[in-house]
Amino acid sequence: MSLKSRPNGRVVVIAVLGLAVIAALFFSAPDLASAQDDPNIAAQGTLKANRIDVPNVEILVEAVDGSFTGSVVTGEDGSWSLLLPEIGDYRATINADTLPPGVSVKEADGGMREFSVSGLRPQPVLIGLDGAIEGAASGTSSRANDIEALQLAVDGIKLGLILGMMSIGLSLIFGTTGLVNFAHGELVTLGAMMAFWFNRTGIFGNTYHLVISAIAGVIILAGVGGLFDAVVWAPLRRRGSSLISMMVVSIGLSMMIRFGAQFQFGLTSRSYRDYAIQKAIDFGPFALVPKDLWIIGISLTILIGVGLLLQRTRIGKAMRAVSDNRDLAESSGIDVERVIRIVWISGAALAGLGGILNGVTEAIAWDTGFRFLLLVFAATTLGGLGTAYGALVGSLVVGLLIQLSTLVIPADLKNLGALFVMIFILLIRPQGLLGRAERVG
Amino acid sequence: MDWGTVFSDTLRAMFGETAIVFALAAIGLNIHFGFTGLLNFGQAVFMAAGAYGLALFAAIPFTAPGGGDQAAWGGQPFWVSVLIGVIGFPVLLAIVLGVPTLRLRADYLAIVTIATAEIFRLLARSPSFDAVTGSSDGLTQFARPFYSGISCTPSQGDCWFNPEERYLGLFTGNQMWLVIVGWIVVALVAFAVWVLMRSPWGRVLQAIREDEDAARSLGKNAYSYKMQALIVGGVIGAIGGMLRAIGTQLANPDQFITDVTFFAWVAVILGGVARVFGPILGSMIFWAVLAFSDSFLRQSVKRTVSGEELGFIPESIMTTNQAGLVRFILVGAMLAALAAFRPQGILGDKDEMALDDR
Repeated sequence: MSLKSRPNGRVVVIAVLGLAVIAALFFSAPDLASAQDDPNIAAQGTLKANRIDVPNVEILVEAVDGSFTGSVVTGEDGSWSLLLPEIGDYRATINADTLPPGVSVKEADGGMREFSVSGLRPQPVLIGLDGAIEGAASGTSSRANDIEALQLAVDGIKLGLILGMMSIGLSLIFGTTGLVNFAHGELVTLGAMMAFWFNRTGIFGNTYHLVISAIAGVIILAGVGGLFDAVVWAPLRRRGSSLISMMVVSIGLSMMIRFGAQFQFGLTSRSYRDYAIQKAIDFGPFALVPKDLWIIGISLTILIGVGLLLQRTRIGKAMRAVSDNRDLAESSGIDVERVIRIVWISGAALAGLGGILNGVTEAIAWDTGFRFLLLVFAATTLGGLGTAYGALVGSLVVGLLIQLSTLVIPADLKNLGALFVMIFILLIRPQGLLGRAERVG
Repeated sequence: MDWGTVFSDTLRAMFGETAIVFALAAIGLNIHFGFTGLLNFGQAVFMAAGAYGLALFAAIPFTAPGGGDQAAWGGQPFWVSVLIGVIGFPVLLAIVLGVPTLRLRADYLAIVTIATAEIFRLLARSPSFDAVTGSSDGLTQFARPFYSGISCTPSQGDCWFNPEERYLGLFTGNQMWLVIVGWIVVALVAFAVWVLMRSPWGRVLQAIREDEDAARSLGKNAYSYKMQALIVGGVIGAIGGMLRAIGTQLANPDQFITDVTFFAWVAVILGGVARVFGPILGSMIFWAVLAFSDSFLRQSVKRTVSGEELGFIPESIMTTNQAGLVRFILVGAMLAALAAFRPQGILGDKDEMALDDR
C-alpha cells in the first residue's frame, strides 16, 4: 500500500484545471435543449392500446410546413411530451416498427394525427392504437399473468443492475467516510448528461457515437468524483466538520447541480442518438430489445469486475478494510485518505455509467438522478449501508420488487413498495441484510 | 433596470405569504433539529398534512365534467377542517412516523422521513385516489371562508380589504389579510417556542440533543420527549402548510416536493440553529435573496418589450426562463456554504448544535 499521506498536489491541480475547462465548454455549448423552452408550446399525450399504457414507442412530430422535425419515445407509463419551437400546426406519426408485439396503429388514421399548438397550454394529442400488448394485464388467464411476471422480472433485473451501479458508490462512500451523500443522484444525472453532450449536442461541432460518448462520460465523472473529494469533502474532513453538516452540504450540492442541469438541459426528456429505436427480440415468454441485453451484459460484467476488484486487489481489500473499521485500517498502514479518494472516483464513475445505461432505455431528464436517489437509498439500506455486496443484493431486490409490484398495484405507485421495504428493513434490521449489527441509539 | 420593481419584489417576498409559510416550517424544523437534534428531512409532509387536512374536508364536492365525484370527502365545516389540518393530521403523522423511527440513528431517521414525504407525494399524485385528492391537480374551493366578510369588493358588501386594491404597494386585499394573520400566527408561535424552551420541558429536549444517554440516566424518557418534540414541530409545520394552501387557494402534491423541505432547512441554518428568532430571520433573508436575484436577473436578460430593447445579459448566456433557475442554484450554493462554514447560522451558537449523528 502506498504510504503517500497526501494526494499528489500536481495531479489535483491538473484535474481541477481539466474539469474547469470541461465545465466552461459545457456551459458555453449551445444549450443542450433549445433556448426557448416554453413549457406551454408543447405536445403531450399518453399512448394506450385498449386502456393499457404502451411504453417505448417512438413518435415523430413534424411541423406541417416542414420547418421542424423531432421525435420522442413514450415513457414507462405510455406518456410522452415534446417541446416545440413555435405556435403552429404539427403532425404526429407513430413509428410502427417500435410498437410492441400485438399492438398496431388504428386503420382509420394510420397512426397519424394532426394538431395545432396554441401556446396557452401543452397540446394534448391522442393517437389511437389497436390490439393489446401481448401478455399485458388485460388477460385474466393465469398463463398471461405468468408471462407478464416473467417479463417484469427481466425488466426488474435490468433495473436492479442499473441501480446496483449507482448504489455501490453510495454504499462505499458511506462505509469509508460515514457520509450519506444526497448528491449521489446528481452524479447519475451528470453522467447521462455528459454522454448526451458528446452524443447529441456535440463538442467542437462533432458528435460522437454513444459508445465513445459513454466512455467520455464515465471518465469525466471519475474526474468529478475525485474533484468533489479533493475540493469539498477532504477539506471538510480535515476541518473536522460533523457528519450532519456534511450531509447538509451534500444536499446543497445536489440542488446546485440539479438546477444547473435544468438550466443547461431544459425541462424536456431526451434520448441518445444511437440505439433509440430497436425491434424487440422475442424470447417466447418475454421480449427484449437488443439494447436491453447489452445493458444487462455490460452492467453484469462491470459489477462482477467490481466484485473481483474488491475481493482480490490490494486497493479493493483496503476499501473494504476502511469500510469495516477506519481506525484499525489506518493503524495497519492503509492510507485512508487515498482509499477514500479512489472510492469517490470509482463510485462517481459507476454512478455516471448507471445514468448513461439508464438513459439508453429511458429518456434523460434534468432530475433523473434525483428520482433515483431514494431508490438507491432503499437498495443500500436494504443490503446494509456501507457494504458493497449488500448494495448489489439490495439493488436487485429493489429492482425486482418495483417491477413485479405492478402486477398488483398501479404502475404510478410502483416505487412505493421499495420505499416501504426500506422503512420496514430499517425498523426490524437497521444494519440491512448483509450488514453487521451495531448499537444504534 | 427598474430598481423599483426589484425592490418591491424583494419586499413582497420578505414579508409576504411564502416567508410566513417557511418561517413556520422552519420554526417547526428548529424544534426538531435545533432543540432536540432530530434530523427530519420530511418537513414537507407535515406541511402537506396541514394543507390537505384542510383541503380534503373543506373543499366543496362537485361532479367532474366527465362524470364522477370530486373532492369526495369535502363539504365539512371550515373550522373543523382547520382543526383536522392543524392538530389531527400532523399529530397522527408524527406518531405514525415517530413510533418506529425515533429509536433509529439520526441518518436513518433522515432517510425514513425523506422517504415518507415521497410516499405521500406519490399517493397524492396517483390517479387511483383522484376522487378524494384530485390527484396531480389537487384540491381547490376550500379557502373561501377565510376571506369571506373580510376581503371583498365594495359591491359585495362592507369589508376590511378590497381584493382589487393594492395595499402598501405590495399586496392585494386577500394577500394583505393573509399576511396580517400570518405574522400574528408567527409571533404567537415564536412566543410559545420561547416560553417552551425556557421551561423544564424544553431544557430536557436540549439535554437530549447534547447527550441522550445522560438525559436517560437522569430518568428522562428520551423516546417520549423526542416524540413530543416531533409532534410540536410537526404541528407548527402543518400551520405553515395550511397557510400556503389558503394563500394559493390550492392544495396539490407539487407544492410539497422534497425541495420544500430543503428550503426550510436553509431557513433554519441561515437564521440560526436553536434560536427562537433564527428561523424567522432565516426565512425572510432566504426569500429576500431569492426574490432579489430572480427579479434582478430577469430584468437583466436581454429581451424586447413592446419594441424596446431591455437588459444587458445576452440570450446566449441565459434566457428569462433560465434566469428563473439561477436562484435555485444559488440556494444550493448557500446551503452548502453555510453548512460547511457556519453551520450554526447567523444567530446561532456552535455550542448549541446537534453535531453527533448518533
